[in-house]
Amino acid sequence: MAMIDKTSEMETAVSKIPDGASVMLGGFGVPGTPFCLIQELVRQGQKNLTIIKNDANENGMGVDWLLENGQVEKLITSHIGLNSRAVQMMNDGDIQVEFVPQGILAERIRVAGAGVMGFVTDIGMGTPLAKGKLEVSVGDAVGLLEPALRADFALIHASCSDTFGNLIYAATARNFNPLMAMAATRTIVESEVVVPAGEIAPDEVHTPAPFVDHVVQLPSLPEVYNVVER
Amino acid sequence: MLNAKERLLKRAAQDIKGGMIVNLGIGLPTQVTRYLAEDLPVCLHSENGIAGVGPQVPNTEADRNLIDAGGAYVSPIKGTSYFDSAVSFAIVRSGRLDLTLLGAFQVAANGDLANWMIPGFFTPGAGGAIELAQKARKVAVISTHTDKKGRPKILERCTLPLTAHNCVDRIYTDMAVIDVTPSGLVMIEIADGVDQQDVINATDAKLIVPDGHIPTF
Repeated sequence: MAMIDKTSEMETAVSKIPDGASVMLGGFGVPGTPFCLIQELVRQGQKNLTIIKNDANENGMGVDWLLENGQVEKLITSHIGLNSRAVQMMNDGDIQVEFVPQGILAERIRVAGAGVMGFVTDIGMGTPLAKGKLEVSVGDAVGLLEPALRADFALIHASCSDTFGNLIYAATARNFNPLMAMAATRTIVESEVVVPAGEIAPDEVHTPAPFVDHVVQLPSLPEVYNVVER
Repeated sequence: MLNAKERLLKRAAQDIKGGMIVNLGIGLPTQVTRYLAEDLPVCLHSENGIAGVGPQVPNTEADRNLIDAGGAYVSPIKGTSYFDSAVSFAIVRSGRLDLTLLGAFQVAANGDLANWMIPGFFTPGAGGAIELAQKARKVAVISTHTDKKGRPKILERCTLPLTAHNCVDRIYTDMAVIDVTPSGLVMIEIADGVDQQDVINATDAKLIVPDGHIPTF
């Protein structure tokens, strides 16, 4: 038996994303951010996107390109403090921002990928982040109902993929990538290396291929992936 | 002779013991590592998916895929593991952290912490602070005793939106070490050369000063 080949041209894969789509972006800071897929999304110019990402990158990088190009309607995130444009656009009402505690954001995405509708947690009770959330009793305890967070698309950065879409991430470039890869209707992966199916040992796989729809081989990595000079 | 900030970092470092799993917040907390003994068997956790954070490295030696949650390039040590963000916060929420050391805008006498939001001025989102403050087994704050305008940061009640209720166990400042106890704030140590009355004046909450000698740091 052989596995299908999911490799795709970047332009074709990203062109599946329509205006108004919800799009998850992997990454925590620079590591794991799918910069080339984001750049192609900027080039194609889809509008009114809901972007779901841990952070808003820094000015001049990743999410900031989408903000600058006016493609973002809403941002669901844990922290945007390193991107002054994101803060400014939020304060001016140019984008909506939904803040979610980092681990709750991760867990909402994880349960969506696991086919679960939500979960109950006491995180954030009594803080402004509890506002509007349903309180639920579990035994003697009370928590907040956190709904699963799905998206239409996930854009993922892997260090290695096989042609079937089994993925490996490097060090802290893993972060939200394996969670988001599971939580979208269609998952598009950019990978630094693409190898034939069978070249990644089954025990080494971080994200199994059934979650992946398209694999795009990156050319040599652009500067933006490099160590950031501060 | 160390300056006040260095003595503060060194003092906070003394409470990090071998065998602990510890998360250090961005800023002053991370700088505490400068005063940890190199052979101390402590496991530093970082929200972006590391248990066993090793020393920071210069850009020339950096791995582009290996940062801590503050964006600093770090290194692995013997026993380091990497994981995704859901696993990282499973470690936090399930009580595996023995200690987290956090910065603060305000701390209240009952242990309430405000460290993520100043409405209308600073609203970047909480990151992982809420879960760290609510779920680490011990929560300590390291901070200047007063803000940049000289206003007390230790108050009877926080006026800023809370990160978490009743979470802080100990406060390290440039003036004193203060424990949050059921009977109130207790000054357990005082910085060398600082007058007790000055600490009391710089604190906008009732501060219990035990009888007898207060150790210095």
